[in-house]
Amino acid sequence: MRKLALRTVALGYLALILLGPLSVVFWRAFDKGVGPAWTAVTTPDAVHAFKLTLEITAIAVPANTIFGVLCALLIVRRPFPGKGVLNALVDLPLALSPVVVGFALFLLYGRTGWFGSWLSRHGIQVLFAMPSMILATAFVSIPFVVREVVPVLREIGTDQEQAAETLGASQWQVFRRVTFPAIRWAVAYGVVLTTARSLGEYGAVSVVSGRLAGQTETATLYVSDRYENFDIVGAYAASVVLALMAIVVLVTMNLLRPKEGVH
Amino acid sequence: MSPFGGLTLGFVVTYLSLIVALPLAALIWQSTKSGATGFWQSLTSPEAVAALKLTLATSLAVALINAVTGTVIAWVLVRDEFPGKGVVNALIDLPFALPTIVAGLTMLALYGPRSPVGIDVAYTRTAIVLALLFVTLPFVVRTVQPVLQELDRELEEAAESLGASNWQTFSRVVFPNLLPGILSGVALAFAKAVGEFGSVVIITGNIPFKTEVSSVYIFGQIESGNTSGAAAASVVLLAISFGILLLIGALRRWTTRHHA
Repeated sequence: MRKLALRTVALGYLALILLGPLSVVFWRAFDKGVGPAWTAVTTPDAVHAFKLTLEITAIAVPANTIFGVLCALLIVRRPFPGKGVLNALVDLPLALSPVVVGFALFLLYGRTGWFGSWLSRHGIQVLFAMPSMILATAFVSIPFVVREVVPVLREIGTDQEQAAETLGASQWQVFRRVTFPAIRWAVAYGVVLTTARSLGEYGAVSVVSGRLAGQTETATLYVSDRYENFDIVGAYAASVVLALMAIVVLVTMNLLRPKEGVH
Repeated sequence: MSPFGGLTLGFVVTYLSLIVALPLAALIWQSTKSGATGFWQSLTSPEAVAALKLTLATSLAVALINAVTGTVIAWVLVRDEFPGKGVVNALIDLPFALPTIVAGLTMLALYGPRSPVGIDVAYTRTAIVLALLFVTLPFVVRTVQPVLQELDRELEEAAESLGASNWQTFSRVVFPNLLPGILSGVALAFAKAVGEFGSVVIITGNIPFKTEVSSVYIFGQIESGNTSGAAAASVVLLAISFGILLLIGALRRWTTRHHA
């Protein structure tokens, strides 16, 4: 009886907060049939926006993955002064407003910023262009690979690595043959989280991009642009595409999760 | 033992400086430019104060609601059996995977002007709470769930066989074990709520003094060229984020010491 009551509360809450709203989005997008929705997501601006999002993700995710694995190795395997600061900086994007992230980049690369005047003298456009959008995306998605790999590295310990070294393996061989096979599922899970965060980034990119349709507009910016221009079908249709991408991410997360009991 | 020697350290420090540390340094530097009085004036402008108060109040409400609903959902996912449980469990992470701007539109679709169920809370503070509840859903569930899974059921059975009521078993045996997980989930949810932008920017209409939260206020100040105003408010949010992370770190050390 009590079980049933709790189940009703839990599922009822999820229906109100999650499933209800989400199904209405799908329904709204296809309100006037599949045709208009399809047209809305295949306009040149829409296609450009989704392409830009994928390009930014394709750069930010590998960069953060390499950084994440190396950073996790440092945190777990090598004591050094300032480790606390490093840890804090890696975690910060989890708790910091994306608008503040975008604004910080805006200040650094803007005309009056530390790098701004040097960059403009050399004709390099960072702000209101793709480089700043990549930087913003990399900032917000930096913690995930690190946070997934660190606990696994701690758990596996150094016995096997030391054995390999004693047997004459080089550092690279130790990493490739011993360490990496042990952490690969954690890395994969971290990559999925990083990708999800990158695809969905809105606030930080919104500040640094300048939001020029067909130029510096990502998929999420395109959604808000359509909404602000009262193109409801366009906004909801692009939302549905992003939601489908999120569902793919979700399925991948669940396929990877049981492998090592991460999270 | 060093995995890749000084080269790794050099790369990690350079990358982190370039991506995270330098922009933050530029932000803090900007906030000091107008001097202590200028900073204080920007900080205490009525609109900024109203936005911050609203942000903290809604985030606190959302964090507390999550403490209850998150624990209930985690309990149901671990201890209950029903068809479709696997799907429900997977769906918990959806708010993380879904872009926040889509989350905002999603809430607006059901609880906005054209609501199919006749509930319209668009441009109200209730809308902020609803949007924040959506984006913070995973945190408490995902911190409590693993603890519940590992919790020894014999303890509960022992309590029950000694004549404890259901409520007594929960409050005296289960709850103390869950508390650290609940608290760190609540702290993460609070941090996320304080900084949230994408999901609230559409549904609240951003009416100053009424539905304008801090991140939206900062965005507005950047757009209108008030750099010092945006910087002061940003530094406040930055300080709050750091504070919460310190709190979570302390919580984690406290639990590991307790278990050791």
